[in-house]
Amino acid sequence: MQLIDCPWCGPREENEFGYGGEAHIAYPENPAELDDTEWAHYVFFRDNPQGAFAERWVHTVGCRRWFNAVRDTVTYRFLAVYPIGAPRPDVPVLAPRASAPAAASPDHDAHAVAALEPTDAR
Amino acid sequence: MTRPTPRTPGAELPKHPTHLWNSPEPRRHYDVVVVGGGGHGLATAYYLVKNHGITDVAVIERGWLAGGNMARNTTIIRSNYLWDESSNFYDHALDLWEGLEDDLEYPILFSQRGVLNLAHTLQDVRDSRRRVEANRLNRVDAEWVDADGVKEICPIVNTSDDIRYPVLGATYQPSAGIAKHDYVAWGFARKAAEAGVHLIQDTQVTGFLTEGDRVTGVRTSRGDIGAGRVALAAAGRTATLTDELGIRIPIQSHPLQALVSELLEPVHPTVVMSNAVHVYVSQAHKGELVMGAGVDAFNGFGQRGPFHIIERQMAAAVELFPVFARAHLLRTWGGVVDVTPDASPIVGLTPYENLFLNCGWGTGGFKATPGIGDTFAHTVATGTPHPLVAPFALDRFVSGRLVDEHGAAAVAH
Repeated sequence: MQLIDCPWCGPREENEFGYGGEAHIAYPENPAELDDTEWAHYVFFRDNPQGAFAERWVHTVGCRRWFNAVRDTVTYRFLAVYPIGAPRPDVPVLAPRASAPAAASPDHDAHAVAALEPTDAR
Repeated sequence: MTRPTPRTPGAELPKHPTHLWNSPEPRRHYDVVVVGGGGHGLATAYYLVKNHGITDVAVIERGWLAGGNMARNTTIIRSNYLWDESSNFYDHALDLWEGLEDDLEYPILFSQRGVLNLAHTLQDVRDSRRRVEANRLNRVDAEWVDADGVKEICPIVNTSDDIRYPVLGATYQPSAGIAKHDYVAWGFARKAAEAGVHLIQDTQVTGFLTEGDRVTGVRTSRGDIGAGRVALAAAGRTATLTDELGIRIPIQSHPLQALVSELLEPVHPTVVMSNAVHVYVSQAHKGELVMGAGVDAFNGFGQRGPFHIIERQMAAAVELFPVFARAHLLRTWGGVVDVTPDASPIVGLTPYENLFLNCGWGTGGFKATPGIGDTFAHTVATGTPHPLVAPFALDRFVSGRLVDEHGAAAVAH
């Protein structure tokens, strides 16, 4: 199971999280001015890239807070994790964190190394 | 007392043929290029030949024929959908399934063993009964059975009332069943190839050649190929292709996992699905228990998914079928399903007059195979949507005429 790096709680197992689809979908600034086609695109149409995808996740059984992530939809690796409201990062940015687990086991070791890189626990 | 003769699993299966089709060099131009050599693409090519006499056809496949979701699905065929648009279409497909073995002159092991869609809550019961009545109005053979009825049809289902999601009853469609997916694909491919259709494998379509509002061909990893008409049957990869034409398609691709057990003696006489606990089970001809789950939540093209989904699916299966508890898991796999906002497919015309769409089947594409082959071929050949697929046009997301089948899709999307 993949570890996901919650910005508030640190790396936790994937089944603690919920998925919220594409990130950065802004509510229309002037909703009254939208025609049916524009509404349809706001409500129904989302990107579906093979590769890096900015999306929303929620740490359902932890802090219950939403955050954004850039994840590769082919390898499933998380390339970056960042707060709601922050702009999408250009490059993979997973800074080593103070709360990263100590290198106590091969698994933890692998994660500590991977903290600079995309996480991958599969 | 004589002992029963030991049964060799799979002994009654037909032998694999040694030769099914050629791998021709692509020509520079075809009347119709079908993008995607899965079940839908192959069936479309077959019906273009059979119903419209169009044989100058290429099916272009990036991998090998029927190696995508056609090789990864759980082979269930049924037509007990809620809305008229869906049940009419899937029932037409079921009619074609019933004659398909003769039509293709090829064994497909279509087995009409029935399907039970379980209800676990009072609301499930109400929704199920509503669906049965809707089905009957559409002449689909559906009935409501209570928990005892479920037990009678499939004795290994746990109908005790002390489990977390007790079985309160089920909808039952006796004419539903399963077929052998590989044989279905091979049957279509063989017949199409015999008629002169070029089945071109290991060739990826990377884009289109256009002139004004017409598509004049496809760009491929083996050079440009001209086309009078282009029929897309590339499932989750459709939007990647149409993006460059400015056609946005509301698809999200998700992994959908399935698995099989070791071979067992016949224990499971029908198909059992449960939308609430996310498992559906049938027993393959050889004897494996074939099980599917709901889709994985996140978008993914990796043809695999996380283990905890399988864990949940197994927990549900063992609760519903305690007899499975000691069965060994043989293998697991994932497909990539193209899910739309209303859990119905997208079929029909595009702003390019000779480019046709077929995608968005989500978790239900296999059962549609002959039905979509027939109706999509009609759409491509005549340039007019077949009446059975007309409701599934792309513009429904703007008009609001959705065909909302999340409930009857039987898998949580």
